[in-house]
Amino acid sequence: MSVLVLIECADGQVRKSSLETASYGAQVAQAMGTEAVGLVIGDVPVDELQLLGRQGMQKVYLCNNANLKDFVPGAFVKIIAQAAQTVNAQVIILANSNIGTAVGSRLAIRLGASLVTNAVALPEIDGNTFKVKKSVFSGKAFAEVVLTADLKIIAVKKNAVDIIEQEGTAEIATLNVDLAAADLIGAPQETIRATGEVLLTEADVVVSGGRGLRGPENWHLIEDLAKALGGATACSKPVADSGWRPHHEHVGQTGITISPNLYVAAGISGAIQHLGGVNSSKVIVVINKDPEAPFFKAADYGIVGDVAEVLPKLTEAAKALNR
Amino acid sequence: MKILVCISNVPDTTAKISFTPDNKAFNTAGVQFVINPYDEYALTRAIELKEAQGGTVTVINVGEADTEANIRKALAIGADNAIRVNAKPTDAFFVAQQIAHYAQEGAYDLILMGKESVDYNGFQVHGMVAEILGISAITPAVKLDVNGNTATLEREIEGGKEVISVVLPLVASCQQPMSEPRIPNMRGIMTARTKPLKVVEPVGAEAKTIFESYSLPEKKTGVKLIDPANAEELIRLLRNEAKVI
Repeated sequence: MSVLVLIECADGQVRKSSLETASYGAQVAQAMGTEAVGLVIGDVPVDELQLLGRQGMQKVYLCNNANLKDFVPGAFVKIIAQAAQTVNAQVIILANSNIGTAVGSRLAIRLGASLVTNAVALPEIDGNTFKVKKSVFSGKAFAEVVLTADLKIIAVKKNAVDIIEQEGTAEIATLNVDLAAADLIGAPQETIRATGEVLLTEADVVVSGGRGLRGPENWHLIEDLAKALGGATACSKPVADSGWRPHHEHVGQTGITISPNLYVAAGISGAIQHLGGVNSSKVIVVINKDPEAPFFKAADYGIVGDVAEVLPKLTEAAKALNR
Repeated sequence: MKILVCISNVPDTTAKISFTPDNKAFNTAGVQFVINPYDEYALTRAIELKEAQGGTVTVINVGEADTEANIRKALAIGADNAIRVNAKPTDAFFVAQQIAHYAQEGAYDLILMGKESVDYNGFQVHGMVAEILGISAITPAVKLDVNGNTATLEREIEGGKEVISVVLPLVASCQQPMSEPRIPNMRGIMTARTKPLKVVEPVGAEAKTIFESYSLPEKKTGVKLIDPANAEELIRLLRNEAKVI
């Protein structure tokens, strides 16, 4: 019996979201009186993986070969299913990421599991039944979901659980899985990486701009503040729709949902669809020249003023902090 | 090319979210339902592919009779025919079993849907349908082209994009900028009335999860306003009071 955690890595390092899932998995294992085991697919240095002991992983399986540099859906599903069998997993923990959700749904069918995505809290465990709180209605509400199958799969929303830091070194073991040509269907031919940016979905600080910026020529005001705060940039739907910024930066109900520690919204009125994508952020700052902007109702801090005047002042003050 | 587009009936994105007094169900009173916005990206891309290359677009929805208004809207936008599986969608597993069953019956080349629904945010049905059918799924796709029997897609990953080619049949989940949703025109609305909408009964499948109760997030206690002339004060508060920078 064990809790299996899929650990996602990038450039040889464990992703922040996977430090969260590892911590979550360790706490589930502790509540069940069993052990937490990690699974890493790809090329990651052993000493980096041993560090997962700090998040409560007793053991980490590493599955690596030349075909697994990128995410290959079929191969990943096969490897996770085999690892689950090897460690006799009762629970599989994933990040609610593009990889986690892609494999979770297939695993649920293949292994006959109950699957909950977008989980925001540890499960309430009652015998063989788990109850998990998840985010629904695009961040506007929560649901308590009961998982009834013997095997449970939980995909944990990013920034929703704390990372545990404790003493410990994980034992590293190798997992060998035979992959056939059919397992490698869907492997990418080319990867286009966004470079030099803080990853929006994992950023602690996000600075976001809307139509109040008036035009793309003012976008640097957003970038400057984001840089000074070590954060990522994002935008509202009208900004993405008018082509100032790429769609992958559009946060909101029909874009992506984020939950950073700090969300700064500049020149965004706060339509309900936009709030849905950001309202699980821990602290929200709104800068808008219209004191009636609905976003102020959802904000912790606000400045009623012109973004073109306010943003440079904030950038300067943030830079001064770092000096 | 035969394309199946799965559409979900969801509350309008501007709807106020509330629940019944026992918190066991979504309060539908006064709420307008729309086609899930992510599914609309799938629908318009399917219609674009049909217009360019020929073929048919079938929409499928798992829902009770009240979803037919939105099914007709999909037909008005340009789908050729529709299937409604006459059942209340209880969870993703149940819905995926229905779609997979009718997808197999229709032998579709391409099965498209949104990456998630904006109500239950499951991200589940696409992968489940593909796994039941034993075919590939690419999720979330931001671009999709088909050439002969091969689809070329761009898949969004954390921090970038991947280019992937897969031989059909295939399931793909869609998100922006996949396509620009269309508003039905008068001619579309007229012809939609006579397009076939087949109502079928669900196949036996048990849900694997139970949505037991709902709650709303805690309300914010109120905004603390800072004088724009003294904007620097905000940075100090974020460091010393909120402790987030």
